[in-house]
This record gives sequence, C-alpha cells and structure tokens, in this order.
Amino acid sequence: MLRLTAGRVGSLVVSRATVAWTTSSARMASHTHEVTEMVDMSQPMYLDSQETPLPDKPYKDVLTAADKSLKQKEKGPWSQLSKEEKIALYRLSFCQTFAEMKQPSAEWKTVTGGIFIVLGITGLVVLWQSAYVYPPPPRTFGEEWQAKQVQRMLDMRVNPIEGFSANWDYEKGQWK
Amino acid sequence: MSLPKPVMRGLLGKRLRFHAPIAVVLSIVAAVAFKYGVTEPRKQAYADFYKQYDAVKEFNAMREAGVFESVRPTGE
Repeated sequence: MLRLTAGRVGSLVVSRATVAWTTSSARMASHTHEVTEMVDMSQPMYLDSQETPLPDKPYKDVLTAADKSLKQKEKGPWSQLSKEEKIALYRLSFCQTFAEMKQPSAEWKTVTGGIFIVLGITGLVVLWQSAYVYPPPPRTFGEEWQAKQVQRMLDMRVNPIEGFSANWDYEKGQWK
Repeated sequence: MSLPKPVMRGLLGKRLRFHAPIAVVLSIVAAVAFKYGVTEPRKQAYADFYKQYDAVKEFNAMREAGVFESVRPTGE
C-alpha cells in the first residue's frame, strides 16, 4: 500500500487552480499554523518502496560536516570503515531498511472492519427493499404452480437416466 | 559481511525442471480419475437403463399423462 505522507497530500492539493482559493480565503488566512511544506515534484524524489529498491536520490542531501568527512572516508577502502560508520552511511542514503519497510501494520483490521460494516448496511438496505420495493412475485413462484411443474417434468420423463426423473420411483409414485 | 554470491541464472529453468514433471503426472492422474470416476459409471448407467427399456410402454404412460399435443390421452 502506498503511504500518503502529509507532504505529499500538501503537494497534491496545491495545483494552479486551487492556489487561488486556498491562500486568499478568509478562513485559510486565520490558520497560520497549517502551512504545508511545498514539495517540488519536478525534482527527483526519495521513496521507500520494495518494488523500487534504489530511489532516485539519497535520503539526506544536506550533509553536516561530520557526514561530509564520513563520505570522504567512504571513497577509500571499505574494510577500514567500522560497523557503526557503515550503518551511518546506509542511513544517509536510505530512510528505512527493507526489514523496516516490510513490517506489517494493523491496517487489515480497519479494512476488514470497514468491509463488514458496509456489508451490514447493505444487508439492511436489501431487507428494506424486499419489504417496500419489490412488486408481487410472478405466479410461477407459487407453491401450487411449482408442484404442477414438477409433476409435468416427471410426466415428460425429464433426464430419466441420471438426472431429475431418475430419482422418482414410477411404480410406487414417490421419490427414491 | 561476506555472504556467498546468490544464484543469478537459470532460475526459470530450475523451476520448470521441478514443476513440469509434477504437472504432467497430475494431469494424467486427473484424466484417469475423471474417466473411471465419471465417464465409465455414466456409460454403465445408460447401458443399464436401456437394457430394460420398453419404449412403447413409456410412450403410453407419457400419453396418458397428457404431455403430448399430437396424440391426446385415450379417454378424450
């Protein structure tokens, strides 16, 4: 499932058409704390995804002095890097490890709960419908008609070898 | 941190060499099971039915029940 972060929602909402009404309306002017970060979608972006394991850009592109010296050390032989340095270099390039990405969430409970709720509402709608919407059923559905239909099918010997009439005992006049 | 290099080639061939004989065997089993579970009993059922079948008797029974349009029951 794609995780929709706040930044992305902000960038999705901000388009040429909506910039006018989001920033000029009186309601929005009072919400000074709701300034969403404007993401430039024309630049390469970072994304943690199992399907694309190598994102378009490294996670951290503004490096501190310590990070820069570590990057310099990375240009040398890697056997000289300690374990913590290797992990620090990984975390510079990537936000989450694959193990962290793959961690299961509790989303399935919300999804199945929502499905059952909607099925329940649908069931209520169907009940109301069967009481108030449906016209009277056709006469072919009635008990008497159905009995006469079965009798006619037996008289015609419908499927007498393996099917319908094969289950009827013609001598005794009853089902086998 | 020196892991063995993982297998990079021949993955599809390996999968097919494993699964294809199983698929062939299962298909043959399915066909044989269908033949002896379904078609042979059905052929026997038809043979047994027609061994004791009197067409004229059945026709008269159907006629008396009134299902034909070309020939009505003997009473009418």
